[in-house]
Amino acid sequence: MGMTEQAPADIRPGRLGKAEIVANFSEMHPPLSRPEALIEADRCYFCFDAPCTTACPTGIDVPGFIQKIRSDNVRGSAQTILSENIMGGMCSRVCPTEVLCEQVCVRNTLEDRPVRIGLLQRYATDSIIENGLQLFQRKESTGKRIAVVGAGPASLSCAHRLASLGHRVTVFNRDEKPGGLNEYGIAAYKTVDDFAQKEVDYILEIGSIDVRNGASLGVDFSLADLRKEYDAVFLGFGMAGVNDLSLGNGLAKGVIDAVEYISRLRQAADKSELPVGRKVLVIGGGMTAIDVAVQSKFLGAEEVTIAYRRGAQQMGASRLEQEHALTSGVCIRHWLAPERLLLSAGRLSAVRFEHTHLNSSGKLQGSGEYCELDADIVFTAIGQRVLWDTLGDTAKLLELAQARIAVDENRKTSLPDVWAGGDCVDGGEDLTVSAVQDGKLAAIDIDRYLRRIMDVGE
Amino acid sequence: MANLSSEFLGIKSPNPFWLASAPPTDKAYNVNRAFEAGWGGAVWKTLGEDPPIVNVSGPRYGVSYGNDRRVSGFNNIELITDRPLGVNLAEMRQVKRDWSDRALVASVMLPMEEASWARYVPMIEDTGVDAFELNLGCPHGMSERGMGAAVGQVPEYIQRATEGCKKYACIPVIVKLTPNVADILPPARAARAGGADAVSLINTVNSIMRVDYDTLSMYPATDGMGSHGGYCGPGVKPIALHMIAEIARSRDTADLPISGIGGITDWRDAVDHLALGAANVQVCTAVMVYGFKIIDDLRDGLNNFLDEKGMSAVSELVGKAVPSVTDWQYLNLNHIEKASINQDLCISCGRCHLVCEDVSHQAITCEVNGERCFEVIDEACVGCNLCVSICPVEGCMTMKQLSSGTDPRTGQAIVNEKADWTTHPNNPMRGK
Ligand SMILES: Cc1cc2nc3c(=O)[nH]c(=O)nc-3n(C[C@H](O)[C@H](O)[C@H](O)COP(=O)(O)OP(=O)(O)OC[C@H]3O[C@@H](n4cnc5c(N)ncnc54)[C@H](O)[C@@H]3O)c2cc1C
Ligand SMILES: Cc1cc2nc3c(=O)[nH]c(=O)nc-3n(C[C@H](O)[C@H](O)[C@H](O)COP(=O)(O)O)c2cc1C
Ligand code: SF4
Repeated sequence: MGMTEQAPADIRPGRLGKAEIVANFSEMHPPLSRPEALIEADRCYFCFDAPCTTACPTGIDVPGFIQKIRSDNVRGSAQTILSENIMGGMCSRVCPTEVLCEQVCVRNTLEDRPVRIGLLQRYATDSIIENGLQLFQRKESTGKRIAVVGAGPASLSCAHRLASLGHRVTVFNRDEKPGGLNEYGIAAYKTVDDFAQKEVDYILEIGSIDVRNGASLGVDFSLADLRKEYDAVFLGFGMAGVNDLSLGNGLAKGVIDAVEYISRLRQAADKSELPVGRKVLVIGGGMTAIDVAVQSKFLGAEEVTIAYRRGAQQMGASRLEQEHALTSGVCIRHWLAPERLLLSAGRLSAVRFEHTHLNSSGKLQGSGEYCELDADIVFTAIGQRVLWDTLGDTAKLLELAQARIAVDENRKTSLPDVWAGGDCVDGGEDLTVSAVQDGKLAAIDIDRYLRRIMDVGE
Repeated sequence: MANLSSEFLGIKSPNPFWLASAPPTDKAYNVNRAFEAGWGGAVWKTLGEDPPIVNVSGPRYGVSYGNDRRVSGFNNIELITDRPLGVNLAEMRQVKRDWSDRALVASVMLPMEEASWARYVPMIEDTGVDAFELNLGCPHGMSERGMGAAVGQVPEYIQRATEGCKKYACIPVIVKLTPNVADILPPARAARAGGADAVSLINTVNSIMRVDYDTLSMYPATDGMGSHGGYCGPGVKPIALHMIAEIARSRDTADLPISGIGGITDWRDAVDHLALGAANVQVCTAVMVYGFKIIDDLRDGLNNFLDEKGMSAVSELVGKAVPSVTDWQYLNLNHIEKASINQDLCISCGRCHLVCEDVSHQAITCEVNGERCFEVIDEACVGCNLCVSICPVEGCMTMKQLSSGTDPRTGQAIVNEKADWTTHPNNPMRGK
């Protein structure tokens, strides 16, 4: 190997000792113990038409499940949660509750400290999933067959609801493992101990769901094939592509797609083997930017800076997530737009930014002032998109909006027998919990549609 | 600073807080600790004839909790003292000698025979104790032997026991009443007729705490079996207060001094007992849960309260609330109140709406002009105060009196003269 091919010393694995890295990646919010949960449950006021339930995208009866924790009816509590949101376990770990259920908790008015709904939800669901207590059964078989594309939260939620309603489901999944971003994307310290797979196993235990991993729409089969072979189709393929920085000088070595890196990190058995830079620069302002920055820091990067072209208010990541990054030692710089990569010997050495501000009409504008930030690695985290050119005939058959699939309130597409949900549809919130809701709503509508057909057929 | 010192039947103590006859007063070791901590007096654990009774060697206590394991109710199957009489008497003599400024009372439970009074009363009095307390209320164990509640539930026996004790006692006799009766007045009258100098109440309430959810047997149990016990602690305070007030406001018992017992944990509980007619108070469960140190809060909480009220002695508080207790039929039916919500304090939990909707008179909105908003509908509010009672925010909901105009619910003019059930047109017994 020639000198130029070699990775420079500033990007290397093992910047910290193994034990330190393991400790860094331990759980962000440890679960509540039983006494803690009982006391926390007592804090719930059991509001009328509870605002938290309205704020939850899956509409979980929050006071209802908390009341059951309070009376030690943990199984009933989990039933209340999981029957609205089969991924209530993962959601309790990854939902930005500070902008969902907990934001509207009336306790905020009284004392600025909401009931810790997320952690209570986890208390109830963990006990069921860890003890392998199956709460769901299939209804009598309908003989109908549905193809579900993808195995992320949207698809698995849809598949589970369909199976419970008596239908047979085949899941076609491009990845090697099911779970979607639960398995490959969510920050490692939010979901430890292989919880994503435990939850998938729990979901699949209902039966009648056949999962085919390594099967890609657009490569192994087309949407037209699925429509021909199945009674209905659900699309939940997420967003496989990452937006480019489009800075003109191409993909220099050292510029890395954050989502791809996180997926490697999530799959690494030993995180101390992952190479990381001494100086890491993250471009973006969402959850992905925060996650890749914090995890780089946890791997031992010395300086990690997030550069975002607007202010703290406009960041996609919630205030709590920003605070988490700051307390983890990440530096967040606002009002900086990347202008050019600076190279030395063909390798990235720094990024030149232009300072920005909002002009009088509220539009983002460069100020004409510049600065440079040194970097061994630049992570791009400026949003994802659907890679339509890899999906064969799909885009041609479906109506799109904002380069995603257009759906109605039942998550039905422009085709009578095709539904879609999760990150790949227009108008979503790009959250695990909203993907779960999409899958659930679609399954309910698919069931209605199929039963209508069955009635007509009889 | 108000004066907390207390005189009950001429017995002086530095404060009105005595320990009730129970485990905290079982022996000299405990009582010495209590007096060191500052308790004003102690009623020694009930004495009986030798040979002493025998307690079970398994669980004696059952407890009900909140989710934070705060004790809300307490139950026990402990009997009277299980130590020989001579041992108790020797310790009592020494304690009284060492703590002459504190009240020391001998609780006794003896067979209903003249001979036993004649034998034991002088013997016990000789220790120097300040008074007797007749335990006629122990709800378990003893009543099967014809003592305790078995006596306390029959007014005739109460009178006889009181007479028996009085006959041989030179010091005052307090009769401790059991709440396990339909009406507390006949027992109180019987005590008075027997010559009692005072009554103390309440003893514990017959109870079973719960079942064991694994074995589906009664809990607590001894070797798989349980027996009902006596309930005490915070849960029994309202029962005690009612009984105390009944004695304090009834013409023929009003002059009987009362030692208030039941559910006293902090100074506010003591204020309840005192204001409703108790001249001093006794405490058991709170000490069994938190130890003797709670006397600090009891003492200076009461002291600060008296100061705030401009009262210089506990005696000024005693019975203050008694005139406000009456029979339902004398309540003013012309007095109209409506619930009211302070919107600045409202956190919009909506519980008031929920309970009024589900239980009461559908008198609270959940929406105003399309927005989540809770307001009282005066046209429907009957003034029951359920909403005010369950509102989680202190001071947010209050009851407001209507003193002029018309009641929007009935459309009738507000009348300022009092009118009660005895004169109400709907009362079939009116004027009879
Ligand atoms: C780094 C990162 C961190 C995040 N953190 C959070 C968080 O903390 N909290 C939160 O609520 N949300 C978070 N999100 C967002 C959340 O993960 C997504 O909104 C959610 O996973 C979307 O679910 P989905 O089912 O639509 O898609 P995905 O989870 O993306 O799943 C897509 C599935 O489709 C499969 N697939 C893709 N293409 C094909 C094809 N051609 N054929 C067959 N199968 C295909 C994939 O293999 C995968 O199984 C994060 C996202 C990222 C990227
Ligand atoms: C464990 C226990 C033992 C008791 N033993 C006696 C007793 O021997 N004699 C007696 O008169 N009362 C006895 N009592 C009743 C208490 O003196 C008191 O009347 C009752 O507990 C109510 O007061 P509280 O709510 O402060 O506990 C006992 C109570 C308890 C909890
Ligand atoms: S799913 Fe998420 S938003 Fe909904 S209640 Fe649970 S933690 Fe809150």
